Amino acid sequence: MTTPVLQAKDLTKRYGRVVAIDGSDLELYPGEILAVIGDNGAGKSSLIKALSGALIPDRGEILLDGSPVHFRSPMDARQAGIETVYQTLAVAPGLDIADNLFLGREERRSGVLGSVFRMLDRKHMRSEAARHMSELGVATLQNIGQAVESLSGGQRQAVAVARSAAFGSKVVILDEPTAALGVKEGNRVLQLIRDVRDRGLPVILISHNMPHVFEVADRIHIQRLGRRVAVITPKTHSMSEAVAIMTGAAAPPENPA
Amino acid sequence: MATTTADFEVKSHDSFGLRLQHLLHGNPVLGPLAVLLVAIIAFSIVNGRFFSAANLSLVLLQVTVIATLALGQTLIILTAGIDLSAGAIAVFSSILMALFCTDAGLPGPIALLLGLACGTVMGAINGALVTRIKLPPFIVTLGTLTIFFSLNSVVSNSETVRGTDMPGLMTWTGESIPIGSFRLSYGSIIMLLLFGFFAYALSSTAWGKHVYATGDDVEAARLAGIRTGRVLFSVYTVAGLLYAVAGWILIGRLASASPNVGTEYNLDSITAVVLGGTSLFGGRGGVIGTLIGALIVGVFRNGLQLSGVEVVWQGFAIGLLVLIAVSLDQWIRKVKT
Repeated sequence: MTTPVLQAKDLTKRYGRVVAIDGSDLELYPGEILAVIGDNGAGKSSLIKALSGALIPDRGEILLDGSPVHFRSPMDARQAGIETVYQTLAVAPGLDIADNLFLGREERRSGVLGSVFRMLDRKHMRSEAARHMSELGVATLQNIGQAVESLSGGQRQAVAVARSAAFGSKVVILDEPTAALGVKEGNRVLQLIRDVRDRGLPVILISHNMPHVFEVADRIHIQRLGRRVAVITPKTHSMSEAVAIMTGAAAPPENPA
Repeated sequence: MATTTADFEVKSHDSFGLRLQHLLHGNPVLGPLAVLLVAIIAFSIVNGRFFSAANLSLVLLQVTVIATLALGQTLIILTAGIDLSAGAIAVFSSILMALFCTDAGLPGPIALLLGLACGTVMGAINGALVTRIKLPPFIVTLGTLTIFFSLNSVVSNSETVRGTDMPGLMTWTGESIPIGSFRLSYGSIIMLLLFGFFAYALSSTAWGKHVYATGDDVEAARLAGIRTGRVLFSVYTVAGLLYAVAGWILIGRLASASPNVGTEYNLDSITAVVLGGTSLFGGRGGVIGTLIGALIVGVFRNGLQLSGVEVVWQGFAIGLLVLIAVSLDQWIRKVKT
């Protein structure tokens, strides 16, 4: 069996007496879209935060390509190749598309201009940004120097996904990427997620939207009461079965994973 | 028929408003620039003496200190902060510089550097309180404003230090070079160079992008990997240094260091920033706008005076401008796509 790209074993996180994650496991395999679903309070965002370095678990371990990693901040996870797109905080609205793509990892000009005058290589960043956007088939954006706030919700999400795909070398985590979008834009973002996978990057997709989950996910991780209760696939289970397992109305299948 | 006409009229009106909104949204300097040009033309028509080289040099000289303060203030307001202690740091730094010369007997360059360092430390204290203790900038600088003014009175015994008692370097900023009948002071040259430097730093360096991103949405910036605490701390510290430079220019302007000036500088610097189109909500604007904003204040004060308007009404006019500028900013921010 292949080694998971990203694996969580027995992760636990408590806040006082509240248990957010209770010995949860997770496996993400190469080239797949793994959806994580669960009711409110099931611990899916805490689980994701632990994987993206935004939260330090009390117990358990995280393996990246089979070797243990310890993230102390979101920066650690990014440097290890895990890019996360957060639901509402994906972009800086006042900056343009290219600036947003390179935010926090700007490239400077070579020579004295870069080393002494700290001048940014705007030309290169713009052409790179344009390349990344067109590679992902985001053709609606003609002007890479356009401020992000002048874009629609779906286009903003596309910028955020493009950023994670451009810089994530191992894993892309998307937290509710279609939550605030209309039907048409939601579908476009789903296509973008497939494109990211088809380029070889495995994706973890957190979503409440069952039709979206069943449309793109290869496997579905169901989180309930702080732990993983089942892993199903859209082929073997129906949406209503998934919801039943998620809410505890139905017993999970015998063999998770 | 009537309905069609009405529809058309409403539409064309909307589209003009929207186009203007988009234009100002994309080019925030245009509004202030238009105001400045209209004011200059209007005052030139009202009074022939306004548009003379001598008077224009006076306007520039009058705005130099406020503009330098407003430069530091702009950096802070871009991060969605505010600095009420700007003027207090400038005046306290000028007193310290002067006393380092007279009481401590230090040579001019050393006293100047120490004075600039003191201003920088005062800015850093603001920055540390904002980033470490996570207090709102308004509260932090309200507190330090009072503290710095108080220390200022203690250290100076509320006495003015005469420029003639100081080394020439201290009052050098007040000297000027004539260009025709226009007189450009060294203080104004320093101020303009600083504006050029920070216009570059904000537009063309990673630090500048991080300042805007932090002001835009601090949480999004943090999640994008920007160390927002460091960015904020650097901004308050650099602002402190700029205020101290303003203090040095102030000594040249007054030919003395006085602890009793500058109570109005704090708010004047904010006025210049707001008139220059920088948004009080952060992430939008820039230093060129602030330079224009400071010039608007100077042109209005000077022009109204030359037109024979009583001093008491000048404040009224400036206040009105501020309210219009902020309303305009709110409108521009609501830009729809």
